[in-house]
Amino acid sequence: MRKTLYLLPLVLFLAVASYFAAGLRPGRDPHELPSALIDKALPAFDLPALNEGPNITTDSLKGQVVVINFFASWCVPCKLEHPVLMRLSTKEKLPIIGIAYKDAVEDSRKELAKGGNPYARIGVDRKGAVGFDFGVYGVPETYVVDKSGHIRKRFVGPLNADSVEKELLPLLRELTRS
Amino acid sequence: MSRILASLALLAALALPALAVEPNERLADPVLEGRARTLSKGLRCMVCQNESIDESGADLARDVRVKLRERLTAGDTDEAAVRFIVDRYGKFVLLNPPIEPATYVLWFSPVVILGVATGGILAAIRRRKAAATPPPPLDAAEQARLAALMQESDS
Repeated sequence: MRKTLYLLPLVLFLAVASYFAAGLRPGRDPHELPSALIDKALPAFDLPALNEGPNITTDSLKGQVVVINFFASWCVPCKLEHPVLMRLSTKEKLPIIGIAYKDAVEDSRKELAKGGNPYARIGVDRKGAVGFDFGVYGVPETYVVDKSGHIRKRFVGPLNADSVEKELLPLLRELTRS
Repeated sequence: MSRILASLALLAALALPALAVEPNERLADPVLEGRARTLSKGLRCMVCQNESIDESGADLARDVRVKLRERLTAGDTDEAAVRFIVDRYGKFVLLNPPIEPATYVLWFSPVVILGVATGGILAAIRRRKAAATPPPPLDAAEQARLAALMQESDS
């Protein structure tokens, strides 16, 4: 026992060093925070549609796996994410619900006319009140909601090919199956 | 020279700390406004992350300040108003982390480490002291044996 005690500092050092190494690993974004709403019910909302059609409400999304994407025409990382969303909607046939966050209606329309519209339906959150209820702190943010209406995952910042392949699509497959 | 110094001093006196809280956000009721200010100092801005919403100029911080004031005006207690924000943005917004199982390591590990270190040092000191005490004096039999040995080596 006493003989091995001199190894203690080394063991402690390795424990602390591996903890720090985990914090420094490449690809980790220290700004990314888990949502406070994980496994909680979708906040209630009732948003006017950007284009023709009925309002987008919590009730209208019930009973299906839903992907909700907060975006804005003024948001630069959203432009980075746009091709990824386009691929999801055309290739994967994923019906994405868009929420135009703190964006003027005209600007959102213009932006989508320019680059194509990846969304099945779009709600207008002019003042960002619904974004507040979701705990949105930076657009784009993407939420995955299961059939029972509970939020299962939040992506902060633009989706990319990697997060779609490794996280979003497997999660969607799992949720649709259950 | 003295005039320059005087005007510099005057300018320095005029420089007020820059406040993020905009005049149109403030509540007319000074008591409510005071509570809002105190609460905002303890809430983290999620965009800047190391600033409170009271100091931050970010849009989101403004939204949270306005929401907080709305809740207080609606008659919420301080706890209820803060819970309203925490329910949406998570416990991370609290600049002062609450004591709960998830934060035990954060709050108590310094005390535990200090305790273990103190114990180790005390044990080491005790051992050193024990090693330093002189052996008890020889009894009669040992004295005689010593004398005999000495004589033996002398001859």
